[in-house]
Amino acid sequence: MSNENYCGVWVFAEQRNGKIRGVAYELLARGRELADALQTELSAVCLGHEIDDVSSLIAHGADRVYRVDSPALANNQEDLLTRQLIGLIQQHRPEIVLAGATALGRAFIPRVAAALPTGLSADCTDLDIDADKRLLLQTKPTFGGNIMAVITCPEARPQMATVRPHVFSRREPDGSRKGEIIRVDFDRERTTSRTKLIDFVEEIAEAVRIEEADVVVAGGRGLGKAENFEMLRELASAMGAAVGATRAVVDEGWIAYSHQIGQTGKTVCPRLYIAVGISGALQHVVGMQTSECIVAINDDPHAPIFEVATYGIVGDLFQVVPMLTEKLRKR
Amino acid sequence: MKIVVCLKQVPGTTQVKIDPETNTLIRQGIENIINPFDTYAVEEGVRLRERFGGGVTVISMGPPQAEAALREAISLGADEGILLSDPAFAGADTWATSYTLSAALRKLGQYGLVICGRQTLDGDTGQVGPQLAEMMALPFIAYVSRIEEIADGGMRVRRMVEDGYEVMESPLPAVITVVKEINTPRLPSLRGIARSKSVTIPVWGAKEINVEPDKVGLSGSFTRVIRIFSPQRVCQGEIFQGDVENQVDCLLGRLKADGLV
Repeated sequence: MSNENYCGVWVFAEQRNGKIRGVAYELLARGRELADALQTELSAVCLGHEIDDVSSLIAHGADRVYRVDSPALANNQEDLLTRQLIGLIQQHRPEIVLAGATALGRAFIPRVAAALPTGLSADCTDLDIDADKRLLLQTKPTFGGNIMAVITCPEARPQMATVRPHVFSRREPDGSRKGEIIRVDFDRERTTSRTKLIDFVEEIAEAVRIEEADVVVAGGRGLGKAENFEMLRELASAMGAAVGATRAVVDEGWIAYSHQIGQTGKTVCPRLYIAVGISGALQHVVGMQTSECIVAINDDPHAPIFEVATYGIVGDLFQVVPMLTEKLRKR
Repeated sequence: MKIVVCLKQVPGTTQVKIDPETNTLIRQGIENIINPFDTYAVEEGVRLRERFGGGVTVISMGPPQAEAALREAISLGADEGILLSDPAFAGADTWATSYTLSAALRKLGQYGLVICGRQTLDGDTGQVGPQLAEMMALPFIAYVSRIEEIADGGMRVRRMVEDGYEVMESPLPAVITVVKEINTPRLPSLRGIARSKSVTIPVWGAKEINVEPDKVGLSGSFTRVIRIFSPQRVCQGEIFQGDVENQVDCLLGRLKADGLV
């Protein structure tokens, strides 16, 4: 089939527990620009059960929402998502499909691409359009972020990419935007899930989730030992901040994996990121470099973290951090 | 139970440079290693064999020198290795790689579990595990951090998600990818090292695994890398001077002016 038969940009609007996740809105913002560059429509695909506020997808830029609502889809059984999304893509033939590079997206979107079959790039940090060739230019980090690669899918359609959360900013929702919500019946032919979710165990000790926090205070090996995270928690509590960490200290067992920021952890984009005793290995920096303001506190003036810092203090963190906490508390 | 572990040989560093003349990666002088994420897959395979019996087969697609990675895996406890190597396989993206591996799995026949690392150090995609599962029509679970139980033709595992872990069950055979939290890989044993030197590693090419030439290597790949570049990092930040109190006051002043505190 010729590629002219494929048109439109699609965003997979991931939900968890009935709430649409932030990355969906980020992808709609960028997807809107890509669709405009191609002079085509932007659609969101929403698979789940009793999802809140589906019309917000239109307010954030979608012209159309394909909505499949079924109790079977409530907890994101990947066999079901895979089959439903393949069915929708085969029926409607979008030219581009984007999804968040979340734990879910990176697990099941590759299966969709494998089956269609078409190309897929992983964990992109930028997307652009070559309007003449109608090609999606997919930029992704490789070698832990040391080398960036620009990838295209020249022949097969759709062109598919998973995109790292927090690399694009969402738009202000516009409640007056008009769009269409199309209810699609759950495809009963494709209902069996071989894998079953038995239980979910939450593993975040602190009250503030780092992905959603306005301020993140993160610690690295410079803290010296697990007990010294207490000093960071005090700074965080003085600021209403969440606590993050580098891979090195998670590996040491000083703090749980759910706090890990970077290549194999979470990507965050707070207004303020305070890096304490963090050298700034690329694998960490890729997880926080889009933060609005980065403060680095480190005793090594040559630490690469200062290359990405907005503000830096070269000094002994065991003096700087308690003083900072004290002065913040007095305000 | 027969366990298959898929692994990749990768450059032993992420500190690679681009040759400005050819716009390709400089690989000279860089030692190749087993993709670190795959070492957890090998270890988990060996542990499962120790718990439940059976054997561990490691397979890798790559150039002839990738045989060294398979021998290393045998020194770490794997029973046998198979190298998928053919000039036709070169330049494969994740789809073509998965297709080639799936053909090899079909030739292998009986197995209970296929284990892959969560992603590679070089490509960083994490796509081969799920794509291989889809092509084999097998159940798939990503980011497994613990195998709790294997019994009655099924397994119960934990897999990591952003805010905790999920307990999942799946029938076998299945494909999983594992994270580093699942185990601590052992060091090679003397017996393993001896075996790794003497064992024969069969090499399977396109003919042996009966694949269509236009579905492997670069010609079987849907994606193309059109450009590579090094990300630019420039220091634009402000470093505060003076004693600790002065530095902290300057910082708070700036953050306040920026509306951040």
